[in-house]
Amino acid sequence: MIQDFITIIQDYWLLLLIGQYPNGPLGGLANTLILSALAIALAFPVSILMALARLSKWWFLRWPMTALVYVTRGVPLLMLILWCYFVIPLWTGADVPSFLIMLVTLVIYQGAFLSEVVRAGIVSLGQGQMDAARALGHGYMGAMRFVILPQALYNMIPSMISTFVSTIKDTTLGYVINVPDLTFAASQVNNQLLTQPFQVFLILAVVYYILCWSLTYVANSVERRIARRRAGPRNARLPAEAAPLKTITEQL
Amino acid sequence: MSGFDLSAILTNPEYVSMLVHGIEMTFIIYFGSWLMAMTLAILLLALRVSPLRIGEPIVAAYVSYHRNVPTLVQLMLWYFGIFTLMPQGLTDWLASHNAEAIFAVIGLGLCQAAYFSEDLRSGLRSVSPGQMEAAKALGHGYASAMRFVIMPQGVRNALPPLINHSVSLFKNSSLAIVIGAPELTHAVKEIENISFRTFEVYMIGTVTYLFFSLIIMGIGAYIAMRADPARRARA
Repeated sequence: MIQDFITIIQDYWLLLLIGQYPNGPLGGLANTLILSALAIALAFPVSILMALARLSKWWFLRWPMTALVYVTRGVPLLMLILWCYFVIPLWTGADVPSFLIMLVTLVIYQGAFLSEVVRAGIVSLGQGQMDAARALGHGYMGAMRFVILPQALYNMIPSMISTFVSTIKDTTLGYVINVPDLTFAASQVNNQLLTQPFQVFLILAVVYYILCWSLTYVANSVERRIARRRAGPRNARLPAEAAPLKTITEQL
Repeated sequence: MSGFDLSAILTNPEYVSMLVHGIEMTFIIYFGSWLMAMTLAILLLALRVSPLRIGEPIVAAYVSYHRNVPTLVQLMLWYFGIFTLMPQGLTDWLASHNAEAIFAVIGLGLCQAAYFSEDLRSGLRSVSPGQMEAAKALGHGYASAMRFVIMPQGVRNALPPLINHSVSLFKNSSLAIVIGAPELTHAVKEIENISFRTFEVYMIGTVTYLFFSLIIMGIGAYIAMRADPARRARA
């Protein structure tokens, strides 16, 4: 049994790592990481705009965004992927690679989730910060840019990392539209071997576990650090219990 | 292809029956895995708070595995991997009893149990230890203090994340399409393949998911409202 694992890894590690890269599209673990990093990098500014729109005093910004957030929260990601897979080529009239379709879907989906985090971060700062910034002569945009967002976003860093983790887990759904990611590579390996599905998929699970576990670990330590810094020098040594992980763990 | 026409799908008895069967299967998977997850979550929680030293690391490892591996990969491991390792008799029995749906229930249930048990644990942890001491001082034993003082507060605290995770379990039931369980997303894809009315049938699928998700959220909000002590005191 152990021998099987070693043989599979020896034979297919390159395929699992970068897919068929020099001869075909980039795939495997590299593509999973690139896809999730790009998705989170793009979802971040989108989520700030969405959060600002949801907090806006104009209904024509607030209502559609609220509706969008509720729809994304109520509909499976799979359904959203199928929609984009159908709609994006229809609108652009071009043959869009599945990688891009998955990227757009993830940006919308994670943007909606992150916007809730940003919104909570802004709301939890309290009205006083905004009032004080306005009293100092900042306009709305200036107050947001220099006073509210820096504080809210700093407190959000741990949630950002855990959203990155869930994005990595979400990229597996690209399997449905044949995005060449790690899951896709593993099922290719499985199709070539045919006889050892358990070994192949266990290796897949272990790789994802190591990846996500280490990122979650980073998120937790960053969160403790931030909680300590926010508590100020007097309470610098907070017990671990005082900083429960409150990050949203949207699972997939 | 002609223009947008919902009635083309909704008046066709074949499509409607496919959709209804899909919804039915989605709910079988949902309720099955929900019940399994909740039962297991309570057992895991009991193991974790029990004086057994071995309980803590086992539960922690269980939770860690199920939270860090994508649900899709877990389902694939169950259906493509573990299924093939089972003894022949069991495999045959499962294959003749809709193995896809059974493995969807097992995979989703085991995965969700990790989330539920963490929700319950954080809910219990937020009840201050003084409550237990006060209950003991009033003459309650451990079990009765748990039953009448700690649990009601702990479960109430755990309600919001439990509701959120119940909704995401419902959404995750769509992942069963990957191992071929004939649930709603599967039905939607099938109808799309036959009728080529992609837009209409996706719309129906999306609205159905949204509708039931909102209903689950609504039920959750209702239960949370009923459990609110301020409201109970008034009633």
